[in-house]
Amino acid sequence: MAKAASPKNGPSRKATAVSIESHAADVKKVADSAPAAPATSPASPASPPSGGPEAHGAIPVLTPGAHNPYLPYVATVREVIKETHNIMTFRVTLDDEEVWNSFHFEPGQVGQLSLFGAGEATFVINSPPTRMDYLQFSVMRAGEVTAALHGLRAGDKVGVRAPLGNHFPYNDMKGKDIVLIGGGIGMAPIRTLLYYLLDNRKDYGTITLLYGARSPQDMAYSYELPDWLSREDLDCVLTIDREAEGWEHRVGLIPNVLLEMNPSPKNAVAVCCGPPIMIKFTMEALAKLNFAPEQVITTLERRMKCGIGICGRCNIGEKYVCVDGPVFTSAELKALPNEL
Amino acid sequence: MSAAKFIAHTDVPAWLAELAASMRVIAPVTEGGNVLYREFDSATNGVELNRKPTESAKHVLFPRSEALFTFRKEPVPFAPDSLDPATEEDSPAPRMTLTQPEAPKPTVVFGMLCCDAGGVTTFDPVYGGRYQDPYYLQKREATVLIAKACNEPLKTCFCTWVGSDPANKRDADILATDFGNGLYLEALTERAERVLGSKLLQDAPANAEAKAEALHAAAREAIGEVPSLEGIDNTLTTLFDERDFWWSHSAPCLACGICTNLCPTCHCFTITDEKASGAGVRLRSWDTCMAALYTLEASGHNPRGQKAARLRNRVGHKFSYFLKNNNGRISCQGCGRCIKSCPSSVDIRRIVLDAMKKGCAVKEAANG
Repeated sequence: MAKAASPKNGPSRKATAVSIESHAADVKKVADSAPAAPATSPASPASPPSGGPEAHGAIPVLTPGAHNPYLPYVATVREVIKETHNIMTFRVTLDDEEVWNSFHFEPGQVGQLSLFGAGEATFVINSPPTRMDYLQFSVMRAGEVTAALHGLRAGDKVGVRAPLGNHFPYNDMKGKDIVLIGGGIGMAPIRTLLYYLLDNRKDYGTITLLYGARSPQDMAYSYELPDWLSREDLDCVLTIDREAEGWEHRVGLIPNVLLEMNPSPKNAVAVCCGPPIMIKFTMEALAKLNFAPEQVITTLERRMKCGIGICGRCNIGEKYVCVDGPVFTSAELKALPNEL
Repeated sequence: MSAAKFIAHTDVPAWLAELAASMRVIAPVTEGGNVLYREFDSATNGVELNRKPTESAKHVLFPRSEALFTFRKEPVPFAPDSLDPATEEDSPAPRMTLTQPEAPKPTVVFGMLCCDAGGVTTFDPVYGGRYQDPYYLQKREATVLIAKACNEPLKTCFCTWVGSDPANKRDADILATDFGNGLYLEALTERAERVLGSKLLQDAPANAEAKAEALHAAAREAIGEVPSLEGIDNTLTTLFDERDFWWSHSAPCLACGICTNLCPTCHCFTITDEKASGAGVRLRSWDTCMAALYTLEASGHNPRGQKAARLRNRVGHKFSYFLKNNNGRISCQGCGRCIKSCPSSVDIRRIVLDAMKKGCAVKEAANG
């Protein structure tokens, strides 16, 4: 679990030149003009066509210079961290300085990280927008793209389409006690929110973090845990599924440990991310603790390609996880068809 | 908008050849046993207007596979010094160049079915909604759609059920009606001007409008009775958890995906990379929601692993979800290709009608 940082990361590294050529649209302008164009402001045509009989003549025309949402920003891997036997973290910066300097995202938003030639996959940006030295993605090896991404080294080029999707409702959470629950790689989005809350600490009540993994060896961000455990403004609880030698923290599945912790639902919000089975039982535990569905927030995972609500595969009923999500309250999920 | 025009059948090939000088002309042609929308070839002039095209024309605006961009990694010049770790900081940084495809050519689709034109206007809010899809929208803007009113609907046709019409004037730029000796051309949009300048086009005969209307009415009549699909969106939501309903309707399905392939409104795609020695292309290609792989996540979790769930999603999307996002418009155009070409006779009409019947029963049971 050593932090295998590359020696050649850091801001001193030369910015690399990237040119975007095009014969089609005004693409150079496109690449320059897109601080947050891809997602935070879902390009809203003046009158979206209804598709109905009156739709004629209302076909949206491309806004000159509008960002091509399929075109990734070329980015450079600055640092690679081997978190666990199957999770690696990549810290990247966008090559176009102008874009990078004005790049903005909200905590919980995701990005499409791509290795040119291998393909794209969706990951949450797990560094907070309050710390813009780099964008951090943690990748669990599970399929072809993630296996290829695991071969990345500092200095390599990747593509980033971000920010995409909605975000944690950090404004609505102000003044409330926050219970963060992360299971396995589901700790990644929780990490973004955790640092965002800590960086705006005075806006929030107590902050509790329950972070669970199968074993100590499966725990990503292990090098940050001592800080989380020692902070006075954070109550951090760690748990693993089964006893392990040298483990000084809790042992037990997240929903059970949560019930033992017995957090009060009064003026509280719980945010829970992890594998589907963990989310299911953690939601049940939160209900037992009298958290109302509106007080419980989670993130959904789906197979995604376009990330902009067009390619079709991430829908649940009429909602698309890539644009209407990935962040949902438990109340919102209950209103959706049962197809999780 | 220009006045209505008329062109004799014998002049059509010459007209298309004229247009082909400055535009890409797509028209239905016979190929083997099928009728396919292909680039017009003035050498063969084989436009087929009597048989219905086997496929939809969606590939004109949404190609089966198209390049989103190409990428090329610029080789770093070999410098022996760069092998020395001490000088690594100064070694030239690699570059990655992304190149977008060329702008689409001006295009005209001649003789498409009204249901295929309807498919295009269901794409518009998808590709030009919350996000603007430049690849689609550029082609859309560059393309003139000439629809041909349907004179003889097939037994599988049901466009009148889903809010369309064999001669609808909602979707295309020009509506052509076959008078036997030639085509009566009604311009429906400004875009029509781009193709109606030819000297081969005559002024429309005096009684043309009434004659066309009579032909349209006859075609409408031929489709027969129109069952009410009022409330189908909420009905399907009600039936979402009716396992038996979806299992029995999906039982014959082979998950071959021909329904989505031929459908004028299916717009799902995948994005993949192809690469050889540092250069490559990111492609988007048609995909099908009827395949289990479509939603399979890397973790192994699959929200629609069973074909019942996939059929439910396909029918649900066309008759429920799309309506909720698009002011009640049904995305299905009633072209009937999914019925005609299904190897195991899955009939979307039967599913929808059964849902209407079953939905009433479920609601009644819930109410009392």
